[in-house]
Amino acid sequence: MIAVFKHEIRSYFHSLTAYVFGAFLLAFIGIGAMLYNIQAAVSNFEYVLSFGSLVFVVIVPVLTMRVIAEERRQKTDQLLYSLPITTLQVIAGKYLALLIIYLIPLAIISVYPLIFAQFGDVYLLTSYGSIFAFFLMGAALIAVGMFLSSLTDNQGLAAGIGIAVILFNYYSVSLSEYVSSTAAGSVIALLVIIVALGAVIRYLTRNENLASGICLVLLAAVLLLYFIDSTSFEGLLPSIMTQLSLFERFKVFVNGMFDMTAVVYYLSVIAFFLFLSVQSLEKRRYN
Amino acid sequence: MISVEHLTKCYGDFMAVDDLSFEIEEGQVYGFLGPNGAGKSTTMNIMTGCLSATKGHVRIDGYDIFEQPGEAKKRIGYLPEQPPLYLNETPLEYLRFVGEAKGLRGAELERQVAEVVEQTKIQEVKHRSIAALSKGYRQRVGIAQALLGSPKVIILDEPTVGLDPLQIIEIRDLIKQLGQTHTVILSSHILSEVQTICEKILIIAKGKLIAFDTPDNLEKQLLSPSEIVLTAEATPEETEEILGVLEHIAEIQVEAQETGYVRARVKTDGTDIYALSRALFFAFAGREKALLEVNLKKANLEDIFIELTEKTEEPSAAPAEPVEIEWVESEDEAE
Repeated sequence: MIAVFKHEIRSYFHSLTAYVFGAFLLAFIGIGAMLYNIQAAVSNFEYVLSFGSLVFVVIVPVLTMRVIAEERRQKTDQLLYSLPITTLQVIAGKYLALLIIYLIPLAIISVYPLIFAQFGDVYLLTSYGSIFAFFLMGAALIAVGMFLSSLTDNQGLAAGIGIAVILFNYYSVSLSEYVSSTAAGSVIALLVIIVALGAVIRYLTRNENLASGICLVLLAAVLLLYFIDSTSFEGLLPSIMTQLSLFERFKVFVNGMFDMTAVVYYLSVIAFFLFLSVQSLEKRRYN
Repeated sequence: MISVEHLTKCYGDFMAVDDLSFEIEEGQVYGFLGPNGAGKSTTMNIMTGCLSATKGHVRIDGYDIFEQPGEAKKRIGYLPEQPPLYLNETPLEYLRFVGEAKGLRGAELERQVAEVVEQTKIQEVKHRSIAALSKGYRQRVGIAQALLGSPKVIILDEPTVGLDPLQIIEIRDLIKQLGQTHTVILSSHILSEVQTICEKILIIAKGKLIAFDTPDNLEKQLLSPSEIVLTAEATPEETEEILGVLEHIAEIQVEAQETGYVRARVKTDGTDIYALSRALFFAFAGREKALLEVNLKKANLEDIFIELTEKTEEPSAAPAEPVEIEWVESEDEAE
């Protein structure tokens, strides 16, 4: 794992990726700090982070697009498979390297509240609470990006899908106001999600019976619940969309609360997508 | 050293490897021979843990590649068909990464890297970017990578494909050298190559093992009836007359040369070729006709190969695939 980690770190600094990622993040946060903290003289650094979070839509896919897709294109994945290291070690090493690349600009950003504190009152607790949540949110998005990169050998495609997914996640709360909030609408949406889940399981495990089995059980459960108590489905779809939004959870911190459930949510998203990445890499062996 | 038992790999309905079993012993150079698409790469990928098998077992030094992959992979160095190189790195950086991934650290890592750099003669390019290296050097870096961690077995998939004749000779010499200290398995669709480098040959066609022996034995067993080409100072009629009374001849072709001599091809019916050659000599001598040249045409692997693959192809209605016997393939770089 350490070998993969060191190798990844070196290759990020060999190429422009790490610099572009860091520069964009710093530039966005810098602009935010200038607008909010300096011009408008607001003493909350968390608003700057909230403003800056939009930049993730572009820079996370740019950072993660090559991480596995490039291995496939260069056929170096064969080397990784033949080395005496496990797929989990490969993924963990790669993910840790990405986190370090992300932590470097974040460490610089962490100094800002202290600097502002020299010139007035800054709510340091909420600032650093938000920076922590900002780190977790970014880490979760990076895990998503890494998984998307493992699905294809085309960097551009990985980046494109990444941008679309993160953008959708960013706007899912606003969109949730426009989707149907009736029970029937929610059920239909759930059915679609279950079928999509089944397709993902089938793709990753190549096990048709397992995928269709899980699919059928879930579908039956949803339909059964719907006929027993249809009112519980009312407003379910918008609430799911809000719940799944990584950005919405971050807003809680911005508003000055340290939300443990959000921390747990971020950590589970990270674990889930790292698991999927391992499966996706492992699946290549079983094609 | 390596035992492969009933290995089978299906891609949907297509059987890439079909119930393959063989044993590899320590300290020899083995050659996997077969036309393109015979299942050589698939077999090698399974043996090195890059691919799963539908059925069967592969044991490296007693360790199952699927159940104890860590231990098994430590004993193997693998060079896939396309050398798995990070183009933006230098060979030295690349080799350090592979060495670390194989569990080497500190002074031991540096020692082994220096050793394989020496062994594969990439001393003068080790600080250059891999992207700027020629195909021959890239192949050497790929072999160097396989040698790190001093594995007992080196597996090379088509190590000379796409190289120019000079590079091919260099890589072959390197492989011969490796064969003195390692068990080497290489695959090729080039017959002369396997014939010169390998001590044992496995011929694979359509995922099946159709022959496993030394190059000499393969020749002896499979193609004993052979032919004699002779040039004599005689007219075609006289030659046919002399040859006509001899026994053990399956076929005769006689043609007059512009030089006034005659050339004849004589096929034996499978008896000892020297006995026939002796009989020919005395027959011509008895008629006071000079034999100017006698050539015993020994069958080579290409003949064996074509014969064996045709045999396995006969039952199926599929058209016979053309057997590639050229020894330099066109460069097919993807970049």
